[in-house]
Amino acid sequence: MAIGSKRLVVGAHYGLRDWLGQRVSAVVLAVYSIGLALYVLFSADLGYDTWARLFAAPWMKVATLLALASLFYHAWIGMRDIWMDYVKPVSVRLVLQVLTILYLLACAVWSVQVLWSI
Amino acid sequence: MSTALESKRPQFRNIHVSQIVGYRLPAPGMVSILHRVSGALMFLLLAVAIWLLQLSLASEPSFLRLKEVASQWWARLLFLALAWALLHHLLAGIRYLLLDLHVGIDKAASVRSALVVFVISLPLTLLIALRVFGVL
Repeated sequence: MAIGSKRLVVGAHYGLRDWLGQRVSAVVLAVYSIGLALYVLFSADLGYDTWARLFAAPWMKVATLLALASLFYHAWIGMRDIWMDYVKPVSVRLVLQVLTILYLLACAVWSVQVLWSI
Repeated sequence: MSTALESKRPQFRNIHVSQIVGYRLPAPGMVSILHRVSGALMFLLLAVAIWLLQLSLASEPSFLRLKEVASQWWARLLFLALAWALLHHLLAGIRYLLLDLHVGIDKAASVRSALVVFVISLPLTLLIALRVFGVL
């Protein structure tokens, strides 16, 4: 928080960054999921061919990867907030936060592998 | 001396689990806590969702296997839970983005928008439930 024009008073400054990141990633996820839902709803006969062809397109891979990146960041901030609110002992909280990060990273690597295998 | 002073400071903690039943939340409060619950649920089921995506994309046989898995009752329940969580989280999220933009920020409007979240998410979830369990 800047008091006057120069002096920086407090903090590590991840508060505003995370607050904004949560909202930007939310918009990306909302656009992607509404778009995909509409596609599924309005494609008459959704078989393997149509579905696989959709995800084989490079633009869809990029869009999905962007959505997934947003998802992992969004989920991290949300889960961190939950741990910070409900788990008070620092040791337990740290373990849960580390497990959350590892789980999200594992899911990220796996989802990239799934996307690029098609 | 400072410790003696600190011990008298009041502490405001979260509602304890044992208080939940007796606690009557207003509609915006319900939307808020369910936003959390649905988010945590989707976090836990994230690996399942990626596994489903993998089954659907890997090959035609695995796509058909997915259809087979999807016919199990536990899979239908799981899918329904995910569908509700996504619907609620998405709608409540849009509401929060609007509140951040100072749209509908006064008390009456925020109660109304909270009710709108339920009025859309619950019937849609019911509709999906009827589809998933083959009634419709």
